[in-house]
Amino acid sequence: MKSLSRLMAVTRKEVRQLRRDRLTFAMIFGMPMMQILLFGYAINTDVRNLKTAVADEANTHLSREFIAQLEETQVADIRQRVNSPADLEALLRSGDISIGVAIPPDFDRRVIDRNRSAVQILVDGSDPTVLGVANQLRNMPITFDSNRREKEQSPVEVRPYFNPERRTPVNIVPGLMGVILTMTMMIFTAVAIVRERERGNLELLINTPVTSAELMIGKVVPYVAIGLVQLALILAIGDLLFDVPVRGSVLDLYIAASFFIAANLALGLFVSTMVSTQFQAMQATFFLMMPSILLSGFMFPFDGMPVVAQYLGEALPITHFIRLTRGIMLREASLGDLPGELIFLGAFSVIAMTAAALRFSKRLD
Amino acid sequence: MSDELAIRARGLSKHFGDLRAVDHLDLDVPKASIYGFLGPNGSGKSTTIRMLCGLLTPTEGTADVLGYAVPGRSAELKPKIGYMTQKFSLFGDLTVTENLEFIAEIYSFPKAGRASRVDELLEKYDLTEQRKQFASTMSGGQKQRLGLACAVLHHPELLLLDEPTSAVDPQSRRDFWANLFRLAEGGTTILVSTHYMDEAERCHRLAILDHGVKVADGAPQELQRSTGMHVIEVLADDPYHAQAVISTLPVVASVTQLGIRLRVLIPESVADALEQVEKALRDHKVTARTHIADATLEDVFVAVTLKPEQLAA
Repeated sequence: MKSLSRLMAVTRKEVRQLRRDRLTFAMIFGMPMMQILLFGYAINTDVRNLKTAVADEANTHLSREFIAQLEETQVADIRQRVNSPADLEALLRSGDISIGVAIPPDFDRRVIDRNRSAVQILVDGSDPTVLGVANQLRNMPITFDSNRREKEQSPVEVRPYFNPERRTPVNIVPGLMGVILTMTMMIFTAVAIVRERERGNLELLINTPVTSAELMIGKVVPYVAIGLVQLALILAIGDLLFDVPVRGSVLDLYIAASFFIAANLALGLFVSTMVSTQFQAMQATFFLMMPSILLSGFMFPFDGMPVVAQYLGEALPITHFIRLTRGIMLREASLGDLPGELIFLGAFSVIAMTAAALRFSKRLD
Repeated sequence: MSDELAIRARGLSKHFGDLRAVDHLDLDVPKASIYGFLGPNGSGKSTTIRMLCGLLTPTEGTADVLGYAVPGRSAELKPKIGYMTQKFSLFGDLTVTENLEFIAEIYSFPKAGRASRVDELLEKYDLTEQRKQFASTMSGGQKQRLGLACAVLHHPELLLLDEPTSAVDPQSRRDFWANLFRLAEGGTTILVSTHYMDEAERCHRLAILDHGVKVADGAPQELQRSTGMHVIEVLADDPYHAQAVISTLPVVASVTQLGIRLRVLIPESVADALEQVEKALRDHKVTARTHIADATLEDVFVAVTLKPEQLAA
């Protein structure tokens, strides 16, 4: 009873301080909004309108038709016409174009002779996305029969499930929830204990009957609520601006998020007990942020990573949370379909919290 | 442990690497008294106080505080002590009342009496006008009164104050000490560290610390009577020259200049101390008046912190 009321006292104090810290308060809402707008509008893996130059040394009816077809794909945006392949190389090197199309003088003959390629497409390989997109151009049909424009039916058909229009925000937003929550939750709690140490409050607090666990839990309780509010904000913006669906149960999503928030807060507190200044705490959170973005499957497919990176990724709470959100939001999965991910998050929270409480001693030495 | 002692420490030591911050300290603090720690910065005052409330683990030695062995039983001790840190340690972004309420909740002060206790403290420590003010915006003296109000809110039996007056003006210091006397009369034991001589003089008992070692302890008057030194006061027109002359005398343990006056310490074993000083001044044609004076606490401090080679004379 006494313990609970002390815990509540710490929580009330934390909320009061937070309410008066306008910048932090603004960050709580500003950070998710800015990120979702940035990621939602700026990131597009379905690239179009690549800057293109053409060197048409054939200049025949067929070559002109080919160029017209190329423009129709919308992948290439033809900006310049040059005389030779060497000019294309120069433009590529200077970064003026991403794609160079070299049509040789004997283009028509090469089209008939199936053993030689008729056109060479020079691609700026320094950007992997551009390279991937340019590969699509491989499938362009070239033939003298202008009536046979439609592609031959491939024996293999690919159907994109869950995101048939291949819209990037649909993929990004579920993962982005994990990134935003990791960032805000970890930064706030990592700084929480250290700030009091820097301001001298801690020396007073540890001389009172308040215990380590009461202090730790009391400090993070407000952030659980903040995390859930952030989640609601991201879902609302995702729905309004990018039409990102929540096909599964919203309740499941909130349960998953609660576990994930707990895991991040516990990790943040653990960081807080390791460092001695707020600056160090920020550095430590950035140290943990990079793998969270890169190894979690948020940016790059998990399956494509080297085994060691996969192990590292598995150790991060965000990896499991992204699997949960993508499952619930896009694949209409329920928590029962992904029990392992939830168990991991729960276990991670308990272990990190215990480690933090043990490391935080009520001593100065 | 005796019922009359609030603190009893034996051989208490704390080393930080090679530094002996506190070196074999024995301490007996009687209950309901004001006990002072006098010493310069770095003499081990704060370290000792932190060991006594269980914040630091002693490298060696034992301490009993209010009957609890520290640091082992410091959790049981916490509700019974009040602690005021050297640096202001309350929450700057909470108001005065909010700070007091928070402390009341943390110490599980009975809910029924909480509001009236807060009001009483605001009144007693002259903070009623600042009750809605953020703690960070208050003056040094106000912050210090709030610190004390928070430290005594839960009626602790023992108050540990670490240089509580280092950041406040003389008037605030006088008021602060009036509060301390009132608390001691009410039965609270107070351990206070300071580097002000006038404050040390007001303590019931005093320990002088130098480089982690206790070099003297006792009632201030007692310490002043037993310095083992003649104190000779010299009033000279040219105190700088006079000091240079007196310093050359082999019997002189120390010369301290206070404005136009010099205070000369010479061991009591030297029978003709005054004559030697007067002769030296005459020989060097320095006009000065000299007389034997009573030792002040400052003289005591200088005497007990002298290096062995200075005493060799």
